Amino acid sequence: MLALQGDVREHLAAFDRAGAEALPVRTADEILGVHALALPGGESSTLSRLIRVFGLEAPLRHRLSGGMPTFSTCAGTILLSRAILDGTVDQLALGALDLRTRRNGYGRQVDSFECDLDIPLLGSGSFRAVFIRAPVIEGCGPGVEVLAAHEGRPVAVRQGRHLSFTFHPEMTGDLRFHRLFLDGVGELLESDAPLPSEGSAA
Amino acid sequence: MVGLLTTRTKAGDQMSTDGTHDQAPDGEHRGGLRVKRGLAEMLKGGVIMDVVTPEQAKVAEEAGAVAVMALERVPADIRREGGVARMSDVSLIKGIMAAVTIPVMAKARIGHLVEAQVLQSLGVDYVDESEVLTPADEENHIDKWAFTVPFVCGARDLGEALRRIGEGAAMVRTKGEAGTGNVVEAVRHMRAVLGGVRRLQALRHDELMAEAKRLGAPYELVVEVAETGKLPVVNFSAGGIATPADAALMMQLGADGNFVGSGIFKSDDPLGYAKAIVAATTYFDKPEVIAEVSAGLGKAMRGIDVATLPKEELLATRGW
Repeated sequence: MLALQGDVREHLAAFDRAGAEALPVRTADEILGVHALALPGGESSTLSRLIRVFGLEAPLRHRLSGGMPTFSTCAGTILLSRAILDGTVDQLALGALDLRTRRNGYGRQVDSFECDLDIPLLGSGSFRAVFIRAPVIEGCGPGVEVLAAHEGRPVAVRQGRHLSFTFHPEMTGDLRFHRLFLDGVGELLESDAPLPSEGSAA
Repeated sequence: MVGLLTTRTKAGDQMSTDGTHDQAPDGEHRGGLRVKRGLAEMLKGGVIMDVVTPEQAKVAEEAGAVAVMALERVPADIRREGGVARMSDVSLIKGIMAAVTIPVMAKARIGHLVEAQVLQSLGVDYVDESEVLTPADEENHIDKWAFTVPFVCGARDLGEALRRIGEGAAMVRTKGEAGTGNVVEAVRHMRAVLGGVRRLQALRHDELMAEAKRLGAPYELVVEVAETGKLPVVNFSAGGIATPADAALMMQLGADGNFVGSGIFKSDDPLGYAKAIVAATTYFDKPEVIAEVSAGLGKAMRGIDVATLPKEELLATRGW
């Protein structure tokens, strides 16, 4: 769990309830030691700056190019996108997701909302989605699978080992996406040689 | 939560700005408790900086602030110049909103519901019902359930924090003693709030009503805090944080994040101080990082010993 700023505690609690050993990471060594990384909601411009100043960009890029699975919400999804619209000058785009993402795409806080989403992948039962100054995914590359959309725009996507959201599944206690992600990480760990570390799944 | 508070929550929740219900078929819903409290969750581990101009707001954003607080004068100047301190000039707030992409908060006077309505209509992301401004009502705070925009309020102890949450605040902060550059009051208030939470956990269930009476806090919230062991909303520190070490101190005491007012733009090197305070808030438990970012910053704002201030100049005693 990238723990520089944002709703880290909610993510840790959700992964914990879903049965993972989740721990906060803030240094290059810690990033190199985990099996998978969750990137929280928060302020993407702040996260971008902290990642750069504290030398975390290189280890993150290294792990992402090595196929590290990620689970990202809101600001985390912005950080992983290939292109960021309405970002700050030089805002970091790690490019693991072939997405074009617009910050604050719905407007300001008074436009924040929650709604029920139908998500075929999760089966029956809608998913309560909370959007807080959320970004809008304006474009997806061919390798991106859209898992859910709201008003015709993707809000949950999967690309290879990356599971990304513009809303906050960590806020509602519905753990179906967390379990989906952890199942994928589990399969990966069984099929691959384990990492040479005692790292954990998040 | 049960009883009165739940009912009130729902009423406030479903009312949009124009007084209509905006619950759509897919349950789409704006301005509810979850999105109000949720924005504060996203700000955790971050620094919210007081700014008086769009230029300062840009400096704050560049330094890594998670949000800015728009106000007409920083507390140190309010203290020096005196007079009635009110909500900022509307065009100034609009200028700040246009200058940055991070959330913009703005202050309204305690009890001044119309200033808050104006701020909501401008689209600010959070309203601070603040003791730093001159109170408009010495008895009542704003009914914050009636708004779509979320509110942050100051508190000196657990009872005060729960009273504000009972009125609908979606975030609380310590009052500290703003504009002094002296962290002592923020420390006192943070310890009082979080110590109060710890004390509640030690009580038996049949002692909670008496404790609610003692705290002057809504019973339902007292029970909730006793059961969960935490406040139902995010709790930042504010009021006197002037250095990176101050910011880290508040985080080690249990703050979820920091408001920094006069401490940045009254220092010798605002951008340097702002960046260093952001770093110290993230790496609050790593003294070597705090040492590194504190080196060569130049002078912090000149502080005031709170004990030398006459009672009538204290800001923290405004509101109850």
